[in-house]
Amino acid sequence: MNIDKRLVRKDSLEKLFDILKQNSKTIFAPVTKNGKISFDVAESYKAIATDYIQTTQSSKNVAFPRTEKILDYTKGKNSISVKPFDYQSIPETIIWGVRPCDAMGTGELSAIFNWDSKDEIFNNRLSRTTVFGFSCSKADESCFCTSVGGNPGNTVGSDILFTQMGENGDYLAEILTEKGSAIVTLAAGLFGKADKAEKEKYIADVPVKFDQNGIRNKLEKFFESEHWVEQSLRCIGCGACAYVCPTCACFDIQDESHGKSGSRVRCWDSCGFSLFTLHTSGHNPREVQSQRWRQRIMHKFSYMPERLSVYGCTGCGRCSRACPVDMNILEHLISIQEVSI
Amino acid sequence: MMDNIYMPWLMRIEKVTYEAPGVKTFMLKFINEEDQNKFTFKAGQFGEYSVYGVGESTFCIASSPTRKGYIECTFRQTGKVTNALSGCEEGSIIGFRGPYGNIFPIDEWKGKNLLFIAGGIALPPMRCVIWNTLDLRNNFKDVTIIYGARTVKDLVYKHELQEWERRRDVKLITTVDPGGESPDWKGEIGFVPTIVEKVAPSSANTIAIICGPPVMIKYTFPVLAKLGFTDESIYTTLENRMKCGFGKCGRCNVGKVYVCKDGPVFTLAQLKQLPDEY
Amino acid sequence: MDELKTRVKELIESGIVNVVIGYEQGTGNKTRALFVEKPEDTSKLIFDSRCIMNLATYITKQEIREKGRIGIVATIPVMRSIIQLASEFQVSDKNLLVLGITPESKMIEFKNLVEVETYIHQFRIEIDARNKEMLEKLGKMTPAERWKFWIDELAPCFKCYACRAACPMCYCHRCTVDFNQPQWIPVPSHEIGNLEWHIMRAVHLIGRCIDCDACANACPLAIPLNLLNKRMLEDAKVHFGGYQPSLKGEHLMSTFKPDDKENFIH
Repeated sequence: MNIDKRLVRKDSLEKLFDILKQNSKTIFAPVTKNGKISFDVAESYKAIATDYIQTTQSSKNVAFPRTEKILDYTKGKNSISVKPFDYQSIPETIIWGVRPCDAMGTGELSAIFNWDSKDEIFNNRLSRTTVFGFSCSKADESCFCTSVGGNPGNTVGSDILFTQMGENGDYLAEILTEKGSAIVTLAAGLFGKADKAEKEKYIADVPVKFDQNGIRNKLEKFFESEHWVEQSLRCIGCGACAYVCPTCACFDIQDESHGKSGSRVRCWDSCGFSLFTLHTSGHNPREVQSQRWRQRIMHKFSYMPERLSVYGCTGCGRCSRACPVDMNILEHLISIQEVSI
Repeated sequence: MMDNIYMPWLMRIEKVTYEAPGVKTFMLKFINEEDQNKFTFKAGQFGEYSVYGVGESTFCIASSPTRKGYIECTFRQTGKVTNALSGCEEGSIIGFRGPYGNIFPIDEWKGKNLLFIAGGIALPPMRCVIWNTLDLRNNFKDVTIIYGARTVKDLVYKHELQEWERRRDVKLITTVDPGGESPDWKGEIGFVPTIVEKVAPSSANTIAIICGPPVMIKYTFPVLAKLGFTDESIYTTLENRMKCGFGKCGRCNVGKVYVCKDGPVFTLAQLKQLPDEY
Repeated sequence: MDELKTRVKELIESGIVNVVIGYEQGTGNKTRALFVEKPEDTSKLIFDSRCIMNLATYITKQEIREKGRIGIVATIPVMRSIIQLASEFQVSDKNLLVLGITPESKMIEFKNLVEVETYIHQFRIEIDARNKEMLEKLGKMTPAERWKFWIDELAPCFKCYACRAACPMCYCHRCTVDFNQPQWIPVPSHEIGNLEWHIMRAVHLIGRCIDCDACANACPLAIPLNLLNKRMLEDAKVHFGGYQPSLKGEHLMSTFKPDDKENFIH
């Protein structure tokens, strides 16, 4: 099937941004705070960060916010009225500036929230979101998308994928879905013909660093290895890696009450926390950090592909960059590949 | 709106039964009768019971699916939510999400002998399947129930134990730990694994279903093996920390399995495949 | 740091310690903790100005303690943490050997924790100029302005607890946030949840924080949360004349002296 390819002039991007805002779209884009770049509501085109390889946080908080209400309740004298989350309150959203690795991550999140029962809160958020992917022209030592089935120009998960052709060049826009086509219709004047547009030579070169299937096979026999202990000694058990990851979706459900009314809230959680699996009896199946570190790797590279048919990693490298103690996941995976059982 | 899988049904507590110190049984009815009529479940499944403003807690559905019009749950007061539940009176409204999890494959057990072994507060998950099979009694051969608790006071479902004792088509052996007997105690005295060895039920054409505290299970499995039970003929249920109940929040993930989806019912053969993280 | 490598090798080979915690080269320009258990691993040890992580956070970790006696490469902030931990009965000479690194990057091997204490008491805990300026700016704000500042700064916080994990003084097996009867601090990372967490942690560290900045350095979102701790340090100076970690165990917030000020009691 031929992909609809268009040309968007460099200066047209700001115009596109303004048209979207005028049409009441909420635009999430990479914005800088304290030197770190996360996806947040961008009020103007100028607020969007430029010149970076990867953002600190992923864009998963658009479809899977770090804290969101599931329901509200009010207690009466002999009754309770419960109101579920109102899907109509979700604004039409554009996520602007998503890297191909993150766009791929939406598929993995979707697998978690839809295998078996369907999480309509997540699905409704996702359906009201249009993803503007931007290909990568640069990568750093923490990137490894090509080792996990992705690549810096991957179209999977984006509604429109923009590739800048050269450092100050115009953009090739690949219109990939109906949502993407709707944007083109909205801003028709900005999407020109792309006869001579090239893509491949403007995409970063990310060499494959490990064999994903090989690691999955190795992990089948690797559970009891001492290697997990050695690898995880310096891990301090925070949730930074899970929270910046585009595919980590473990969550907690908490009730918050204010007198007679309150709400039930879903919020991010991490299997790396020491009390994640603690039973009320006091028994904790994963008492030490090495078991929790093992769970992280096994879940992403062995259990998820087995049950959900997707790997739990897109090679974005955020966890390695954000980790306060340099638990470089790429380094660990390569070492698992190389160590003998 | 039930397409929101996090929305509980509203249930009214019809009856509160005090079972043992810290242990209560709630009989629950759907506030909305239409929901009650549509609701079905099978033995082995569990639910998330909530006190709005406090949280949710995971218990099995302790009543049999053969009994329509209500469900029951039995719990012990241990943490924040169970403490709040314990404070609820008859007429209070709580939430219920379910049924979740897999089921006891009762159909596969037809024509076989059934051996139920339970300890303490672990009788509730078994009670559901015991009544389910007793309500379909003709489908099964011999039914033996071995149930023990620490002391006489800790035995749950005391009325039902009496009922099972009276029935001719059920062999009931109750036991308490040494030192837990009362002066008029007529049952056995000894830990459950010891009593199982003593009673020595035949493993021929028999399915064993066992629920109990980890230490009881640990010492009963070898006894069953000695009696000739195969790993595929022993069923148990796993308790795990759960939140969502439908395989998304990640808490109950053990190896390739989600206890809330692929369990909580497992055969011993399946358990042995799991990494030791439960 | 050849002197360090040689000494660490000797200590491991002779069995005086079972593991030495030091620094090694990490990814790119980062450094990270190294756990030397075999003599051949000493070659990985480094020390330079990038080595600022507070390694003392590892000496209360179960998996590390189980290895036996621990040797630790300690700059002054790490030494201060060690003395504070010792005053809280978390470490002792029996399970710890300190290989100090002076500000001139020279190695000193301390015979015991008393020597470590004597050494660090030469240096005062001083807040650096840039942060002092920030504290002054905050001090001049109205309460409403300051509230807005903190709500705004803490907005990105997603409660990963890297700050807690990196802090050597946060070693509680069950943190206050992990209690749910009652739920002292809300779990979700909304406005109030974030504010309460950071304020609570700063308050739990009054008199114990030695201003190593491990918390702010660990924060993946570069939130200047250590400003709260620094303000507590300043206040401690004003109201109690300041403090130094001390083996005598006289903790600022839990020691009552008859001549303590009472002018706030009405």
